[in-house]
Amino acid sequence: MKDPILNVKDLRVYYHTPSGPVKAVDGVSFTLHKGERFGLVGESGSGKTTAAFGILRLTKAPAHIEGGQVLLDGADLLTLSPNAMKKRRFAEISLIPQGAMNSLNPVLRIREQLTDVVKEHEVGLSTRALDERAGRLLEMVGLKRAVINRYPHELSGGMKQRVCIAMSIALQPKVIIADEPTSALDVVTQRQVMETLSRVQDEIHASVILVGHDMGLMAQFVDTIGVMYAGRLAEVGPVKEIFAEPLHPYTRMLISSLPSLEQRGLFQGIPGIAPSLRNPPPGCHFHPRCPDAVAHCSTVGPELVEVRPGRWVACHLYGAVQANHP
Amino acid sequence: MAPLLEAEKVTKRFGGGFLNRQSTVALENLSLTIDDAYPSVTVVAGESGSGKTTLARLLLGMTDPSEGQIRYRGKALAQMSGKERHRFRREVQAIFQDPFEVYNPFHKVDRVLTTPVRKFGLASSAAEGRKLIHEALELVGLRPEDTLGRYPHQLSGGQRQRIIVARALVLQPKVIIADEPVSMVDASLRATILESLLRLTKELGISLIYITHDLTTAYQVGDSILVLYQGGVTELGHVELVIKDPKHPYTQLLVDSIPLANPNRRWGESELTVADEDVVHSDKGCHFAPRCPHVMTICKQQAVPFYRTDPRRSAACFLYQDQPVMPAAQAPELLLELMKREA
Repeated sequence: MKDPILNVKDLRVYYHTPSGPVKAVDGVSFTLHKGERFGLVGESGSGKTTAAFGILRLTKAPAHIEGGQVLLDGADLLTLSPNAMKKRRFAEISLIPQGAMNSLNPVLRIREQLTDVVKEHEVGLSTRALDERAGRLLEMVGLKRAVINRYPHELSGGMKQRVCIAMSIALQPKVIIADEPTSALDVVTQRQVMETLSRVQDEIHASVILVGHDMGLMAQFVDTIGVMYAGRLAEVGPVKEIFAEPLHPYTRMLISSLPSLEQRGLFQGIPGIAPSLRNPPPGCHFHPRCPDAVAHCSTVGPELVEVRPGRWVACHLYGAVQANHP
Repeated sequence: MAPLLEAEKVTKRFGGGFLNRQSTVALENLSLTIDDAYPSVTVVAGESGSGKTTLARLLLGMTDPSEGQIRYRGKALAQMSGKERHRFRREVQAIFQDPFEVYNPFHKVDRVLTTPVRKFGLASSAAEGRKLIHEALELVGLRPEDTLGRYPHQLSGGQRQRIIVARALVLQPKVIIADEPVSMVDASLRATILESLLRLTKELGISLIYITHDLTTAYQVGDSILVLYQGGVTELGHVELVIKDPKHPYTQLLVDSIPLANPNRRWGESELTVADEDVVHSDKGCHFAPRCPHVMTICKQQAVPFYRTDPRRSAACFLYQDQPVMPAAQAPELLLELMKREA
């Protein structure tokens, strides 16, 4: 594997509410290598979006980063001054937020949406230079330069999302975090957008963290998968290995529940519902829904351990070490 | 044979009028049928702009067709008496995409179930009403004690959506029109909800019109399928044929773009080279022509008929012009044949 570019260590983000803390991200650790595509997959309430925001230090009260390290090229983002962090955002690590295409400023032309990002980080560029940059960025995402003059409402969903991709690569960051970039898009448009992201990633030699719930999309796009459940990582490993042989019961059941084109009439949903993060089940958060749970699982939370080279699982079935915290 | 819900050569236009503005054809010359004797799952597949939502609204009587007719039990919706309309409202139910919108956040979810019981006089006592509701909840895999008495925000999206399915059950409809019922629900719950919907058809004889852009779930629950593209049906037939061996280039594009949960079968090395989805078709000819990799001159000049490429499938594509033509109005017959075979 190539050199690590991003090292997330024991990241914790809690929401402080009147009725107690909600541990949305409760000790998440993973490594992203140069050029790698990492898929952070989880269902609603798993904490994946909060984790993405934590990495970028974009969390807002009542969410608070409780602890951990986020090492980008060796520098811990969590210890930087707000100004220093602001400089790094978009320039070194950028975000395509969920529903980005719907939060494009409706009164600004595409030109301004793009040049604003550039202007904030690179001072002194002439109007012509900025226009040229904007035009080039649009071409990179497969749009015509003429789109520079349009307003967001004049563009289709897929086109708007590609503008958002263009904004996220404007300063050639090392890491792009894409949070559900295609959730509101049709299947053909989704493919186009993902292929665009893939192509620009290669062109600027960036790494991508794809945050989402669609295992199919993950299978199509990522190299490595991190499966999140109730604030913690259940399993991390190469995408092909995880699909071929999921180790964690949740991963296994999640993959089995996916409707496929292999056989009709096969329905295997996971029984039960996702736990409340305010009062998660003690021990392993998944144990109430786990068909393989043993007594130990309800008292001690398993650590994420490398059980084989490159394969990490947080499950007592694999002899996980006792955790310091439940 | 006893037709329940029928669409006959239905066209819906928006805009136009005295000022001669451009009108959009949201749906063009669509015919389909749902039959009481053969409960089935009919999939209407399409992306945004395909006309699938317009079709749902037409079938639910929420809007009138510009041309053609929607009939229920042989009577045109536009000509129904109050009583007939009331019966239609009860027997044709809808399930929509957003499992939150339907709920009033200030009321407990019970209301969504007790209201129809009351409105349609489905129970002669409170106890009977409660029993009806409990049974419906259990049929969709929900425990009444965990569900009733709660507010919408206290339940997950999957639970809220299943309550809507339970509501449809309580009303004992004949037809359920479900528009993207699982797209906003978590992946692991989709299977459970789809399974409850399918049970409605298999065990209770309720026909389902399942509207979606997700061909994988369509494959799981559907018997027959109509693929829509910008208002026109491009292909229709048995789900097994249309999805596993698509003939129309648009269907092929849709199938190729499915994100398969299999890292060994990726989208392919070559990038999609279709034009952007906002390309508008010309009035004449095939709607897909501007984006079709196999486009021929004739495609841009003439309206394309259906060609019966297989006994259980037709495609509206000039690539198959050597096959027998199937008039669009015969679509219901083809669908009926498919339903009979499945029964």
